[in-house]
Amino acid sequence: MTQPALATAGQAVPLKEGLPGIVADWSSDQRAFKNVPWGKAMMWIFLLSDTFIFGSFLISYMTVRMSTQAPWPNPSEVFALTIAGQSIPLILIAIMTFVLISSSGTMVLAVNYGYRKDRKMTFIFLILTAILGATFVGMQAFEWSKLIMEEGIRPWGNPLGAAQFGATFFMITGFHGTHVSIGVIFLIIVAVKVLRGSLDEERPGFLTGRRGNYEMVETMGLYWHFVDLVWVFIFAVFYLW
Amino acid sequence: MAHAEGHHDHAAAHPHAPAGKHHVEGQQHPLGIYFKIWGLLFVLSAASYAVDYYHVQGYLRWTLILLFMMLKAGLIVAVFMHMVWERLAMVYAILVPPLLLLVFVAIGAFEADYTFLTRGTFFGPPAQTAPAAPKHK
Repeated sequence: MTQPALATAGQAVPLKEGLPGIVADWSSDQRAFKNVPWGKAMMWIFLLSDTFIFGSFLISYMTVRMSTQAPWPNPSEVFALTIAGQSIPLILIAIMTFVLISSSGTMVLAVNYGYRKDRKMTFIFLILTAILGATFVGMQAFEWSKLIMEEGIRPWGNPLGAAQFGATFFMITGFHGTHVSIGVIFLIIVAVKVLRGSLDEERPGFLTGRRGNYEMVETMGLYWHFVDLVWVFIFAVFYLW
Repeated sequence: MAHAEGHHDHAAAHPHAPAGKHHVEGQQHPLGIYFKIWGLLFVLSAASYAVDYYHVQGYLRWTLILLFMMLKAGLIVAVFMHMVWERLAMVYAILVPPLLLLVFVAIGAFEADYTFLTRGTFFGPPAQTAPAAPKHK
């Protein structure tokens, strides 16, 4: 399928596909990222830089974990919960994973209803996403307090074994939790904008003065899915290793 | 093509160029595909949890964990973040640079092995591992 791009005069110019398309896009004297609103391209570039930040954290974690001679605490036991008298391994983290994936699901629905200009449904799904995100942060706060107060784990050491466990755990999950919290705040801001019709009427925003549009919801969605994406990696390499 | 119709309605209501141009660029897809991916992500997460729950160990554990991780990441990026529908110029600009991280992973692993070895040599014998062949769990 050829995607047409709108030229300034309004007529559609067919875009090339495949490798010639890449060359044509990058060598064109217009913008390189065709058919993408600038906000979305910028969000992707921000997420690329964030990928390197989380990548560096996880690689440092791998390095210190592989190089320590002290025994590493077993995450499966550390993050177990006792429910109805039975100790279930890693259950808290599993629930957090499902909550975050569900929030990603509600987020794509919000984006979808946004492009249909369905204000009410977009608002509902944005708020649902924010609630699920806040639930995730709440469970993380619970996990942190359990580790700090009951297990006595600190960023500089822990009674269960390698000191690096505490350092990397608080660093990585803390940074991720911060991302989730910021996401929840922005979800609420976007939801309010949607509800009061700022996007339909293209009202300028209070911070940048840019006119509102429903692509903002998709850009917001990209950030939110990225937070979920990072959790996929943290879950695999921190909790399942 | 509900999207195309919606676009024309809107363009008619707002004929001025900047606003009209915007709405060409939205990603509009049937809801069904999102629900399928959502379900798949649940299944994959449950599968990786099962790997831990049933104490799968060794290379099989690592293969499964990394496989499920990459599948989940791929589905999120491709469908939820709409990468399969974007133009290749952007897809490559965003997805190729993170491959550099694999180089850092390799460097980190070499460095860690060396540190482990020297710690074993200079800070007394390690708890239960022979210094010559470090094993990592």
